[in-house]
Amino acid sequence: MSEKKSTNIILFSGDYDKVMAAYIIANGAAAYDHDVTIFHTFWGLNTLRKDEKVQPKKSTMEKMFAKMMPRGAEKMPISNMQFLGMGPKMIKKVMKKHNAMPVSDLVELAKEQDITLLACTMTMDLLGLKKEELMDGIEYGGVAAYIAEGENGAVNLFI
Amino acid sequence: MNIEKTLDAKGLACPMPIVRTKKTIGDIESGQILEVQATDAGSKSDLTAWCKSSGHELVDMKEDDGVFYFYIKKA
Repeated sequence: MSEKKSTNIILFSGDYDKVMAAYIIANGAAAYDHDVTIFHTFWGLNTLRKDEKVQPKKSTMEKMFAKMMPRGAEKMPISNMQFLGMGPKMIKKVMKKHNAMPVSDLVELAKEQDITLLACTMTMDLLGLKKEELMDGIEYGGVAAYIAEGENGAVNLFI
Repeated sequence: MNIEKTLDAKGLACPMPIVRTKKTIGDIESGQILEVQATDAGSKSDLTAWCKSSGHELVDMKEDDGVFYFYIKKA
């Protein structure tokens, strides 16, 4: 086989369905033997948040942000048909019926497949997210880290 | 056809059939045949494309009662 191809995804959105799409593509690409990187920025960072409450030292504004943003993908809203929280419940029920994996499992699978989960440090600062709030086994970087991974990419997506 | 290993991916949704196939093909030797059984409607084009890209040979494919059977010869 020729040199390894790579797939690079910028995950900007914090909607359950969009995160799901990103992680399905990422896991599929890993099965294609690509080097895969997901660059989490803005609302996409919430995918990497730990489920449990972590309370590092924060400013008032940062505390407000922390409260308003979901801790992990399973607590995210969906991009359409939210219906005051009924939407995510409905979609999860349908997913179960069709044997689709929950996003939290897709994240674990991504780690098993050695997908690089990259957190954008600049937006972490903006949203007041600290390293101790994010899951273990991820990497931190900025645009240069993403470009370094992405410049030879066969697939580049912004979700 | 001499099947070395069978992967039961029935009931699994995208992207699992392809993820499992990739993992399982690592267990067999070059030239040996892996049988994959899947029910995901997308697996037909998924596995065909995956074989093409990864260099493995899709020797045969059939459908029976909603189940797809793929026979992949490892490159």
